[in-house]
Amino acid sequence: MPSALSGANPVALSWRQYRLERRMFWRNPSAAFFNFLLPLLFLAGGGIILGGNQNDLNKLVPAIAGMSVMSTTFTALSYNIVFLRERGVLKRIRGTPLPTISYFSGVAANAVTNTALQIAIVVLAGRVFFGIGWPQQWGELIVFVLVGVVCFAALGVAFAHVIPNFESTAAYVNAVFLPVVFVSFFVFDSSSAPGFLRTIAEALPLTPLIEGLYAAMVTGSTLASHIDELVVIALWGVFGLYFAVRGFSWEQTRT
Amino acid sequence: MSETAPVIDQDSVPSPAIEVRALCKRYGEYEAVRDIDITVRRGEVFGLLGPNGAGKTTTVEILEGYRARTSGEVSVLGHDPADRSIELRRQIGIVLQSGGVYGHITPREALAHWASFYPHPREVEEVLALAGLQEKADVRSRKLSGGQLRRLDFALALVGDPELIFLDEPTTGFDPAARHAAWETVRRLRALGKTILLTTHYLDEAQTLADRVAIVKDGRVLAIGPPRELGVGAAHYRVAYRDSSGELVERETDDPTALLHELTEAALARGERLEELSVGRPTLEDVYLELTADA
Repeated sequence: MPSALSGANPVALSWRQYRLERRMFWRNPSAAFFNFLLPLLFLAGGGIILGGNQNDLNKLVPAIAGMSVMSTTFTALSYNIVFLRERGVLKRIRGTPLPTISYFSGVAANAVTNTALQIAIVVLAGRVFFGIGWPQQWGELIVFVLVGVVCFAALGVAFAHVIPNFESTAAYVNAVFLPVVFVSFFVFDSSSAPGFLRTIAEALPLTPLIEGLYAAMVTGSTLASHIDELVVIALWGVFGLYFAVRGFSWEQTRT
Repeated sequence: MSETAPVIDQDSVPSPAIEVRALCKRYGEYEAVRDIDITVRRGEVFGLLGPNGAGKTTTVEILEGYRARTSGEVSVLGHDPADRSIELRRQIGIVLQSGGVYGHITPREALAHWASFYPHPREVEEVLALAGLQEKADVRSRKLSGGQLRRLDFALALVGDPELIFLDEPTTGFDPAARHAAWETVRRLRALGKTILLTTHYLDEAQTLADRVAIVKDGRVLAIGPPRELGVGAAHYRVAYRDSSGELVERETDDPTALLHELTEAALARGERLEELSVGRPTLEDVYLELTADA
């Protein structure tokens, strides 16, 4: 036990919190399933439907990568925060000397690890099964994933404030996640999408993220030509961070 | 209304663990806490006793730093809990009325993690023993029973070796054996010199554990003092006897000496005996029921 670091160093405490979060993650089969099996199932399903059309596969892989960023951060954090809040775990932690920054660093690092693992799986699957090769622009890929993680993690924490109890979490999260994913996939894939739908999708953070990932993974067009997309995601991130911090509640919702 | 205006002792007595002056907490129109004064000395077990909704938890959660007060002065181990300083949280242990734990880790893992928050934690093994959790130390928490989870609540609050421990209704929902085990833990903590602030709506719990008790209702302290002395001045003595016609007479008084004198003198003057004469001292239960009765 590193008692020399105990109770003092916020960095050491972040690290301990992170390791605890990892351990809990692997011990929770449903979380592991949603994080790793689900994108693979989507990839496999999409692959079967789209058959051998390489153009479609080129779009499928970055779209699933974008969805993975959203599910490992927005969805996972909304669920976790509501669960821990309603169960009283957050309140208990609030009563200890664990610094708030250490707690959230550990929780966020856990989500980022899951995103990184999932992106790695999707990239690997793209290379091995879908013939899209290694990403063209690694740096651009990392930038888009990082900005996407910050954005969707912040939005996930902020969205948790809206969810009144754990029982309704799935309904609330899916009411956002599914429409956003469908609209974004549709607009990204189809040049014939109605104009108003395109406007909506491009104002939401997922389509710009998928466009950026598409550029980085498939076309190789540079980051400089995708600053607009980056700005949209970053603006959502700022919006998310503001409400994540402002409305944060450590305690059960009182009725 | 508080008849026991606290006296601040300026002498060599160590500063109290908790000092509360004119504490008020309002939620909109509703006044949960109205002008509470409490002093908890170091090393004592202090009980906040009252019915549900009396303001006990609100008061304790202000002291723990969970709630902001509307007005009044509060000092906990020399800190204002509203500042939420890490220094203060290192010295207190909190057992919440209902607090969740991570389901996928074991009590041993949870305690090791919690211990790392504190500068001078107790040994995990020792805390497991103190809470009676050795046999369940390596079972995932989600598989623990309600009573075992409550023991884990205790253990997590104690692992930092706190000076001051808050216990919010620690035995609600316990069976008798579990209650006595919890009481034994509290006594052991007291023997270690810890200060304990305990809320309860069980009279026997307050009577058994607390050095001093404050009876709280509707956000006010109605009486404060050691459980055995609490009756004095706050409730009536009951003097009973059977008169010459054999009828049972009961009289209540604040001053049993004077009443007995009066009764016995009159009886002697009439040449009678006061059959079955008894003087009843009010129990904490009498005091509690009288003070917390509606209207």
